[in-house]
Amino acid sequence: MDVTVKIKRFDPEADHPESYWQEYAVALPDNATVLDALIKIREEQDGTLTLRCSCRSAICGSCAMRINGHAALACKTALSRVLDGDNAVVVEPAGVMPVVKDLTVNFDPFWDKIRAVEPYLQPQGAEPAGEYIASNESMLHLSGVTACIMCGACVSDCTVLEVDPTFLGPAALAKAYRFTADPRDGNREGVSRERLHQLSEPTGIWDCTRCNECVEACPKGVAPMDRIMALREQAVNAGFTRNNGARHTSAFTESVGHSGRLDELMLPIKSVGGITNVGAMLSYAPVGWRALTHGKMPPLRHKNVENVENVRRLFRKLEPDLYGPEIGKSSPFG
Amino acid sequence: MKYAFFPGCVSQGAAPELYPAARLICQRLGIELEEIPAWTCTGAGVMQEKNQLFGDTLNARNFAKAERMGLPILTICSTCQGVMSQANLRMKRDPEYLAQINSYLAEEGLEYKGTAEPKHLLWILIEDVGLDKVLELVTRPLAGIRMAPFYGCYIVRPTEALDIEEHPERQTSLETLIETLGATVVDFAGKTRCCGFPILTINEKNSMAMVGKHTSEAKDLGADAMVTPCPLCHLNLDGYQPKASAQLRRKVDLPILHLPQLIGLAMGISPQELGLQKHIMNTQPLAMKLGAAR
Repeated sequence: MDVTVKIKRFDPEADHPESYWQEYAVALPDNATVLDALIKIREEQDGTLTLRCSCRSAICGSCAMRINGHAALACKTALSRVLDGDNAVVVEPAGVMPVVKDLTVNFDPFWDKIRAVEPYLQPQGAEPAGEYIASNESMLHLSGVTACIMCGACVSDCTVLEVDPTFLGPAALAKAYRFTADPRDGNREGVSRERLHQLSEPTGIWDCTRCNECVEACPKGVAPMDRIMALREQAVNAGFTRNNGARHTSAFTESVGHSGRLDELMLPIKSVGGITNVGAMLSYAPVGWRALTHGKMPPLRHKNVENVENVRRLFRKLEPDLYGPEIGKSSPFG
Repeated sequence: MKYAFFPGCVSQGAAPELYPAARLICQRLGIELEEIPAWTCTGAGVMQEKNQLFGDTLNARNFAKAERMGLPILTICSTCQGVMSQANLRMKRDPEYLAQINSYLAEEGLEYKGTAEPKHLLWILIEDVGLDKVLELVTRPLAGIRMAPFYGCYIVRPTEALDIEEHPERQTSLETLIETLGATVVDFAGKTRCCGFPILTINEKNSMAMVGKHTSEAKDLGADAMVTPCPLCHLNLDGYQPKASAQLRRKVDLPILHLPQLIGLAMGISPQELGLQKHIMNTQPLAMKLGAAR
């Protein structure tokens, strides 16, 4: 098939380094991958085209880049599936990380964050007489995360990293989960308290927007966002609840569990720790005022759904820790 | 054409203009809406991060009620769509999980049989109603209006739960609709990114950076307004745009429309009836340009 490959290029040694688009026409077999196309262009048309690749089998994790705007491994992407009506495909370097040249990006920030989560087992307490025992089940569960090949596709498409380079990001957080979910890590019960404490701080697990970009981008089914959600659950269960993220999820669950629906007025207030958080209350004031003057303030008195006792029964059964005696009441003072 | 209506909390709470606008255009399109009795919140993905089982059980409860009504589910909230689809996939692929959930529902005589396929109004317009029918009702084509689509996350990802493989047209549904109504699509990279709402109370700076990035990007490409099928995206992009603008140190002034409002405008319904005056960002210049001043 005859295809057009539009490539975003960048040469740091140019007089005025600036990225630009270049198009290549190339003929390939129908079953070719995007990487086949790039290699053919480099070998036959333009030896200056720079990219990383090695195994060509989705194992080494070298060739993550943006194909039609979304991160993927070039070697795992069949050209025929990504061509538009004009038989063209758009290839750019991975996002978020700084471009070195053409399709090659600087992975230093990526590795810094992997290192920051201390990616090695840290058992606490006395060593067992024999070996550390981990159940088959727990290791099977971890195999989903250990499938990570560190290609950076998830980092490329992360919506938080796009605006905030300090966020630990999907790859490092999924890696952290690989250890918090390992029964050998942490205390005797397998709870990695230190890690969960640190991960609950700003730039950690609560900064994720749950946008699912990383889940889509990951070529190995690691589903980093799902691991971040599991980390949140672990952190809350380990008692790290004095932060807006944990308060937000608890207040949300309480509101829905007690009334059936979301109390939109109380949620932001409870998330920041109640009305005694004067700074937060003041920062809400202009937004609240604008909502009020445009006739879109949520009702002050939050109503219960009909037969709400059916919802509360489920609440009591499935979330007994949150189900408190203040049933039915939704007050900023409570 | 009749549906079990799932409006979601926000359309009757912080975005009260959405619910009546949706009802209005559905009525004109001959879509009959019967609200699911005493429906509960889907959990918005927030409950699920703490207790997936509880969240999924509440969704199964809504689905069971819709099954009992014998009607397919229509929602006007992308976040509800996404959370319902994800919960549905978990239950459909794991019969044991579904049985466990049904054991909780049994106490109030409900059972989810696994037949629900919740669909957003956006998809229903294209897949069930048909764009020909929509076009028939367009009396004020939006010619000359440059409209930026903003999908947000939940109606495009994860693709597996949303059946995108089966329905690839869903990925361009907003653009298709904008063009059908006569407006020009302003395509921009941020259209399927996060609006920032989920982290509003957790990391406001990042949340505002997202609002600023998307609205200014669309504005720079000449958009007159932006349209979204998600009331939560609307809350952030509209309600928090002044704050995002201040952080960006730049006035953006981009009106944000709910999907039914855009359709309603093209149907000749007045901006007032569609609740445009309830928006935080001024919609008057857009209405003027359309010749639909209040």
